[in-house]
Amino acid sequence: MIAYVIRRLLSTVVVMAVVAFVVFSLLYLTPGDPAAVIAGDIATDEDIHRIHERLGLDDPFVVQFGRWVAALAHGDLGTSIFTNLPVTQLIGQRIEPTVSLTLCTLVVSIAVALPLGVLASAKAGTWLDRAVMAFSVLGFSVPVFVLAYILILTFSVQLDWLPVQGYRNFRDGAWEWLRHLILPSIALGTVYVALITRITRASMLEVLAQDYVRTAQAKGLAPGEVLISHALKNAAIPVMTIIGIGVALLISGAIVTETVFALPGIGRLTVDAILRRDYPIIQGVTLIFSAVYVLVNLAVDLSYALFDPRIRY
Amino acid sequence: MTRRAVFRSIAVIGALLLGTALGAPAALAQGQKVLKFIPQADLRILDPITTTAYITRNHGYMIYDTLFAIDAKFQVQPQMVDKYEMSKDQLTYTFTLRDGLKFHDGQPVRSNDCIASIERWAKRDALGQKLAEVTQGWKAVDDKTFTLTLKRPFPLALEALAKPSSNVPFIMPERIAKTDASTNITEAIGSGPFKFVKEEWVPGSKVVYVKNTDYVPRKEPPSWAAGGKVVKVDRVEWIYIPDSATAAAALNAGEVDWWEQMPPDLIPLLAKNKSVKVENIDPLGSMGLLRFNFLYPPFNNVKMRQALLYVIDQSDYVLGIAGSMKNGRTCYSYFTCGTPLSSEVGAAPMKGKRDFEKAKELIKESGYKGEKIVIIDATDQPIVHSQSLLTGETLRKLGLNVEVQAGDWGTLITRRSSKEPIDKGGWSIFHTWLVGPDLTNPAVNFAIRGSGDKAWFGWPTDAKLEELRDAWFAATDPASSKKAADAVQARAFEFVPYIPTAQFILPTAYRTNLSGVIIAPMTLMWNVEKH
Repeated sequence: MIAYVIRRLLSTVVVMAVVAFVVFSLLYLTPGDPAAVIAGDIATDEDIHRIHERLGLDDPFVVQFGRWVAALAHGDLGTSIFTNLPVTQLIGQRIEPTVSLTLCTLVVSIAVALPLGVLASAKAGTWLDRAVMAFSVLGFSVPVFVLAYILILTFSVQLDWLPVQGYRNFRDGAWEWLRHLILPSIALGTVYVALITRITRASMLEVLAQDYVRTAQAKGLAPGEVLISHALKNAAIPVMTIIGIGVALLISGAIVTETVFALPGIGRLTVDAILRRDYPIIQGVTLIFSAVYVLVNLAVDLSYALFDPRIRY
Repeated sequence: MTRRAVFRSIAVIGALLLGTALGAPAALAQGQKVLKFIPQADLRILDPITTTAYITRNHGYMIYDTLFAIDAKFQVQPQMVDKYEMSKDQLTYTFTLRDGLKFHDGQPVRSNDCIASIERWAKRDALGQKLAEVTQGWKAVDDKTFTLTLKRPFPLALEALAKPSSNVPFIMPERIAKTDASTNITEAIGSGPFKFVKEEWVPGSKVVYVKNTDYVPRKEPPSWAAGGKVVKVDRVEWIYIPDSATAAAALNAGEVDWWEQMPPDLIPLLAKNKSVKVENIDPLGSMGLLRFNFLYPPFNNVKMRQALLYVIDQSDYVLGIAGSMKNGRTCYSYFTCGTPLSSEVGAAPMKGKRDFEKAKELIKESGYKGEKIVIIDATDQPIVHSQSLLTGETLRKLGLNVEVQAGDWGTLITRRSSKEPIDKGGWSIFHTWLVGPDLTNPAVNFAIRGSGDKAWFGWPTDAKLEELRDAWFAATDPASSKKAADAVQARAFEFVPYIPTAQFILPTAYRTNLSGVIIAPMTLMWNVEKH
């Protein structure tokens, strides 16, 4: 297993190198000039040219890429063109809200979706199953921002139960932290709930049709025990897979959610950087995202062994 | 390790983290008056000299002070300066600083700080450059007294030092002001009424200022950026909320106290809330403008540009940008309406019923051969986007070959610097807007200039316009200044360096528990009280 993990970690480096090159190339080719943004609306050609020179933006692609890779090799993701702050510091400032949002969403989604999926499969063909599936379709169909506005209007503006926007650090108190994450997590998690519910239901239906389930039922085990201890455990692997794949969905959804709820997370950092052509931030964040995505999928692969002892690496 | 043990470990770690957080006290200041404010944009650049971005200018007003300032009557008033005098030959100004001026790092404000700051500003700002041209030298007499010696009389010297909008001649410590004028400063230390808290700055989200308890305000009442800057809150938090619907909800729910600028469609929503006041606090508003590319056909032909004067309907642009005539007005002037130099001299083609026949006649005379006209648009900037769509539609009505090419603001401001022809990524027209103070006279209105390669994007060349502008600088009294400005404007309406499209005001909204919000063309935060 250790050899497998090392192999996968090494492949992560290769993936990140490819991502780094592609992103750098794309940014180089994309229209947009940070010097023009820095100079502001009332700038002249001369002003922009001066900033170009200072930032080395006129250097050839190879020189710019080489400079970035050399800094990266020393663990330096560069400095924001606009704020003059190190990219690592900016990402550090933003990582907690995004991790909190993602974790809360994952917890809420799994806590809601697994029981719903199991319930729907156990009551397949009944009104309950249809209701769960209808909810699932709705969850897929409603855009995150629409749901977010409805939640804000209902729970923040009308009922005044939860804050409209912003984020509180975990160390400032768990309740304040949680209060600021409830609505964003629901908004972001709904599509994820829909996805996991459908997969759980489908996977459970397949397992419930197996002989050993029938045997367990014939032996007189309680229906709940059959569902949880026998069926769900064996249906878990496709569900785990979809949770891993869904991380990409969460990352893209987090960008919208963070914007609507004004959460100072990495998603917003990325969007702002793209709009302003703050290249070092875009490159740094993309690298981090790609690493997270690969590592999450590695963790999911390793988790298979926890659910199915037959799997060995 | 067994699977069960793994699950158990995860549960224990989770419980420990939660326990720690539940036990942690909230780090909130008790009894402090905190003003929570949603700014118009995110503060990215701290240096008010390297950028002309208005958000950085507003940040500048928080932490820096100026030698002079313009008041609501357009008069220059001393601010950091206690007293000043001009020699009889109008060539030497002597300034004496007020007592008690101190930077946020505890150092006193000295003459050398002021000189270095003004010299750095003069390298970037157009009016500052004009001042530098006529400057013989600055000299520190002592720590509190310094002189400005001119090569020839320059009636605008004090106006320059009081310039209210980008770039504002803010005073910084000499060691910071010695930074190259193209390199962003990294320390935000001024002597203004608020201190910047760098440790709490989260770019893209939050900027924090605290009251500068060492600040000694002037005794006069506040008037624009002049007068006493008395701070009545302990802390100001700028909370950047990019989504306007969320910002409106946050203000309605009382999570924030003040929203600097809102899109017109949200005004009715906020106006319904009795705890929120929607107000126009900007007496000058902003001006929309349509800029041509003078390097290529068809707008390198003056008749084509003049043709558009007959068909651009400013009322449409006011409605498009501001949603209602309550939030704007027509302004047929190259100088901000409501300011001393504004007039309608030469503006006849822009006024009255739009004359498409006359415009078509001029287009015919121009010899237009159906060249493609590209309007570069920024859909993420509503003010630019609405103008682009309106101009596109108007040009289509004239039968011109027009294409509105949509992109974002970042792309527009890059593309407009291209001097290539249309088929190589060039452009014909772009729109933007400028705040009223940036267009009050020929010195600050950079878009009116005809200095070719050195002019603003579009690069118009018109020696006559430049000559008339220089003549305005030489004017020594208000009457001759007005006459010279009228001459500049008359020429501008002949040459058409750009077309003013509308004057509009984006209202501000704040909770009714705030008082003392200053009416000014910049957002200023002193004098604001939270009850």
